[in-house]
Amino acid sequence: MNPKRREALRLMAVIGLMASTGLISQAQAAEWNKAAFDGKNLDDVLKAMGGSSAEKSGDVSLNAPDIAENGAVVPVGVTTTLKATEIAIVVEKNPNALAAHFSLPAGAEPFVTTRVKMGQTSNVLALVKADGKWFVASKEVKVTLGGCGG
Amino acid sequence: MGDPMRIRATENGGVTEVKILMKHDMESGQRKDATGKVIPAWHINTVVAKVKDKEVFAAHFGPAVSKDPFLNFKFKGAAKGDKLSVTWVDNRADTRTDEVAIA
Repeated sequence: MNPKRREALRLMAVIGLMASTGLISQAQAAEWNKAAFDGKNLDDVLKAMGGSSAEKSGDVSLNAPDIAENGAVVPVGVTTTLKATEIAIVVEKNPNALAAHFSLPAGAEPFVTTRVKMGQTSNVLALVKADGKWFVASKEVKVTLGGCGG
Repeated sequence: MGDPMRIRATENGGVTEVKILMKHDMESGQRKDATGKVIPAWHINTVVAKVKDKEVFAAHFGPAVSKDPFLNFKFKGAAKGDKLSVTWVDNRADTRTDEVAIA
C-alpha cells in the first residue's frame, strides 16, 4: 500500500465532505472574495482580485443611465470585445466599492447586465479581466435619490 | 429557503440568453432600524448557473446589488431542451436552486 496514495485519498474525502456540507463551494470559481467586497476603493478591489492597475480600454463598454432617479435600482450592463474571463462592477463612492463580480467559464459570452444600488452620484466602473490583465471603462451616473441610506 | 426564482432561458443561433429574477431582500448593512441599530447585511453571495452539471456562468454579489436581483447573461454550447439549473447562496448559508428547460 502506497502511503502517499492513502494520504491523497483521505484528503480528497475531506474536501469532498466539505464541499457537500457547503463549507467550501463546489466550484473554485464560485468562491466569494470577501477581501474584494470589503474594499473601499478601486485600488483595494483590484488588489484583492489579483491585479494592480486597470488600463482604460475602448473595447469595454459600460451601459448605465446618465441620471438614475432611484439609486436603489440602477441598471448596469457590461459588454466587451475582449476575451473576458472575469467582469466586475464597481461603484466608486459606495461604502464598499465592489458591487458585483462575475466569472466567465469557457463558453460564456462577455455580456452581463444586473441592477445595483448607489448611495450618491458616482463614477461606475466596468472592469474586465482578459489575458490576465484588467481593463476598465467608466461612466458618471447622477443619482437623485440614494439607495443605501435610510 | 427563499422564494422561487423566475428564470427565462432562450437559445438562438447557438447562444443561450438567460434572464433571472431572484427574490431576496439584499439588506445592505448600511440601514438603521427605528431604534438606530444597524440592520445587519443579508444578501446573496454567489449565483451559479449550470447545464448538465457544467458551470456556464457564476456571479458574486456584494450588498450593493439591488433588492430582488436581476441577472442577464449569455453563453454558448447548450441546445434547446437542455436543463439550466441556477443556485444562489446567501451570507446566512440559505440557498435555493431552480431549474428551467432552455427554449
